[in-house]
Amino acid sequence: MSVLDRKLLRDLLRMWAQALAIAFVMACGVATLVLAIGAYRSLEETRSAFYDRYRFATVFSGLTRAPLYLRERIVSFAGVSGVELRIVEPVLLDIPGMAEPASAIAVSIPDSGEPAVNRLYLRTGRSPDPARSGEVAVTEPFATAHRMTPGSTFDAILNGRKRTLTVTGIVLSPEYIYALGPGEMVPDQRRFGVFFMPRTVLAGIFDMDGAFNDVAIRTQRDADIHAIEGALDLVLRPFGGTGAHGRTDQISHAFLDNELVQLRAMAAVIPPIFLFVSAFLVNMILSRLIVLEREQIGLMKAVGYGPEAITWHYVKLTLVIALIGIAIGAGAGNWLGHGLTALYARFYSFPFLIFRQSLDLYAIAAAISALAALAGATRAIWSVVALSPAVAMRPPAPVRYRTFFSGSGRLLTAFSQLTIMALRHLMRWPLRTLLTALGTSLAVALLVTALFSFDSVAFMVDTVFFRAERQDVTLSFRLAQSPRALQSVAAMPGVLRAEPFRVTPVILRHNHRERRLVISSVPQGADLARILDLDLDPVEPPIVGLTISERVASLLDMRIGDVAEVELLEKARRVVLVPVTSIVQSYVGLAVYMQADALDRLVGDGPRISGVRVTINPSRLADLYTVVKQTPAFASAALQSISRQHFRETIEENITIMTSVYTALAVIITFGVVYNSARIQLSERARELASLRVLGFTKGEVSSVLLFELGFVVVLAQPLGWILGYLFSWSVVKGFESDLFRIPFIINRATFAIASLIVVCVATLSALIVRRRIDRLDLVRVLKTRE
Amino acid sequence: MNTPIFSAREVTKVYDAGEVEVFALRGVDLDLYEGEIAVLLGPSGSGKSTLLNIMGGLDQATTGAVRFRGEELTAFSERQFTRFRRVHVGFIFQFYNLIPSLTAWENVALVTEISSNPMKPGEALEMVGLKDRMTHFPAQLSGGEQQRVAIARAIAKRPEVMLCDEPTGALDSKTGILVLEALSRINEEMKTTMAIITHNAGIRQIAHRVFTFKDGRIADVAVNDQRARPAEVSW
Repeated sequence: MSVLDRKLLRDLLRMWAQALAIAFVMACGVATLVLAIGAYRSLEETRSAFYDRYRFATVFSGLTRAPLYLRERIVSFAGVSGVELRIVEPVLLDIPGMAEPASAIAVSIPDSGEPAVNRLYLRTGRSPDPARSGEVAVTEPFATAHRMTPGSTFDAILNGRKRTLTVTGIVLSPEYIYALGPGEMVPDQRRFGVFFMPRTVLAGIFDMDGAFNDVAIRTQRDADIHAIEGALDLVLRPFGGTGAHGRTDQISHAFLDNELVQLRAMAAVIPPIFLFVSAFLVNMILSRLIVLEREQIGLMKAVGYGPEAITWHYVKLTLVIALIGIAIGAGAGNWLGHGLTALYARFYSFPFLIFRQSLDLYAIAAAISALAALAGATRAIWSVVALSPAVAMRPPAPVRYRTFFSGSGRLLTAFSQLTIMALRHLMRWPLRTLLTALGTSLAVALLVTALFSFDSVAFMVDTVFFRAERQDVTLSFRLAQSPRALQSVAAMPGVLRAEPFRVTPVILRHNHRERRLVISSVPQGADLARILDLDLDPVEPPIVGLTISERVASLLDMRIGDVAEVELLEKARRVVLVPVTSIVQSYVGLAVYMQADALDRLVGDGPRISGVRVTINPSRLADLYTVVKQTPAFASAALQSISRQHFRETIEENITIMTSVYTALAVIITFGVVYNSARIQLSERARELASLRVLGFTKGEVSSVLLFELGFVVVLAQPLGWILGYLFSWSVVKGFESDLFRIPFIINRATFAIASLIVVCVATLSALIVRRRIDRLDLVRVLKTRE
Repeated sequence: MNTPIFSAREVTKVYDAGEVEVFALRGVDLDLYEGEIAVLLGPSGSGKSTLLNIMGGLDQATTGAVRFRGEELTAFSERQFTRFRRVHVGFIFQFYNLIPSLTAWENVALVTEISSNPMKPGEALEMVGLKDRMTHFPAQLSGGEQQRVAIARAIAKRPEVMLCDEPTGALDSKTGILVLEALSRINEEMKTTMAIITHNAGIRQIAHRVFTFKDGRIADVAVNDQRARPAEVSW
């Protein structure tokens, strides 16, 4: 080992705490980079492999009923590589040991052979046999939630008749990676499942012999999807086609896309924060080290070490710190990546989902971190190289201060000399002061960004579940019913209040912009599902025109008074012009409402209802469930109270995990910045502080100079952190915003306070660790050495 | 000069330097009387600074007793030492130890702010001939001027004793004499007891008594019958 390397090793051992603090900050950058990009790649590549291997469709459409011979026409579209004409029906299930009804979707599969598109991954068992009625393959999450294995049975209400179904296989489908039940905001594996039955069996049950009601098409790589959608719409128009759409409107795909966007945003925002802070910290400690070693450097130059040798010496020091950071970060990133992937596996059903680790990812993370560290070191190292040996061996010129606070001025009465010392020191290095404050403020910002989600979700739950959707159960009919059905529902056991609603799928157009969505009707004086205006107060929809949510208004660039083109998908795609008469707030989906009579007039087939929302006497829930399970007219029953609970629990668990990770990151940043900053100050000012002790100042008074400076920086960091946190949170809200749901942007004042409190506590702790060094200052030795 | 303000008895100081013990003081007896200037001479490592540090409460004796006005310093707690330095002792070091971020006036005010009966900072600076340099920062002052600011800072609280460790060590003869003049003027006008460590044998001429240290012991004590004025000191 060369002598310089020995020096390097000893330097590192001497300043191990500072080096480790920086390495940890750097490790956070590496870990978040490995985590975000690793998880992104895992999810993206797994999804893409699953899609490819199991031939996930690219174009979808629902319809009322059409003959199977349309296949020839659909297959002949240019660019189509596979077509599956299916029967897809919502059903209610009666699961042993579960009082409430579960919902499911029954999907047909070919009697023999694999489907042309949306193939199934068979986890265990076998495909259902068309010769034996009542055999099904069920999706894995649902099977797992009910401990179903091949051979298990359960009851389902299929086209009004209760049948016992036997599980023959446990499967996964690329179409239901993220499977949301009716009225759910997060998947509930217990209450929603998908099962697959042979075509002839399902057709027999639903009277669909020779017919289909759902199309899934797989296209060639370079196919013109838009053209295929147009052609499909044309073919299905006479058969009640509800409009062809691509993957972006497919729920499972859209949710996964949303997750990928968030991971990409995380990779773009968080690692740079840590890399910036670590570069700054490297700069700070290396600059100080070089000041302290100035005479040694002069000597080394004088005895013949060239600038390259000396530069390389300090570059190596920087790289060793970076390497420690990279090693810790790679380990932590890998660990967190496995954790996140395990979390994903709870929401997304893939045949396999592993945290993908590729060498290139670690190499990129390592290279970026090392470069950031070197960027931080450059200026400090350059200052060494630039000095001539003779100059370097002389002590540096004394630091010049300016009289921001004049010694004989009036301000003197306001500040003690100790305070003036601290203030002048802060202002002597304004850039360093600002960067230290900025570094600390990033910790505050990270915390605000993590903690605000509690506020936003609490607000969202309150708005969605307590102000807007206040029903206990939403019952949907298989087919639209006459309003008389309302009386039947109202007469069901335990029903306290019943309100009808109607939904109709449409394409809404305005100025070349269009969106597929559903118009819902709201009865006069609705008290269960209420529309909330922009101030979140309940409002009645105007008796004419469309009431659209803010999201729809901005997507289609519509204002009140604009006329929208409404294409009725269920009514042979009749197009009607309707004015926008009100804009309201909604956090879920693309909400468009009309007054009930107005919607009936628009659709033009007289008064109809699609379902009923009810509130229930809780003591009679079981009775109601029994009736619902036996009523053939119901396609689904969304249990709001259970959904509410489930949503809250799931989201809160996720947020708790996220908050813990962010808090740990914020603690590391704060400690890294404040501890290093305190150590540098102590190193620069040991002599001054020792002088104060000799002059008779107590340890407390002497520490107060240092603590005042740190306190000043930490206090300065708070408003800066709040502003940055506000902006980060806003960008998170914008990043989450999708057609599926939006998060309201709510940050309570307490959130800012908690973020600050955590950072101030960690900063205080870091400062107190350094304070112990002041207490142990060797007065005699410090004062007798010349700086 | 009959009451000793300081008295050291059988003071030893042993530094534990790894495998060997270094004896810095090997049983020193010394009395300092009120109003006297004592010069401590001797080669490096002879123990003079160690004794001064023990007397000033910056270090503690291994054995022996040091009394200040009859109070046993060796029994002091950390807090009592701080108070002792704050109230009774003024220090002067070779490298001035001024606070670079405070002006001359503020450096003095630093001490007067925590004293019970201090001079005005301007008054202290005037005594050392720096009335015109009050708003200058240490970096804007010469070495001699910085040392005189240090003296002004030491005397501003009207200490009973001043402990000076090589006060002229970093200065040329001309500025060194200015500093000695300031010290002797303070001794005369304020009757402050002074212990001055120096390598410069010439400075012994201004002392009342001269202690010569050798190998951690006092080898010789000489009384000056004919004290010289600082200007007459041969450098």
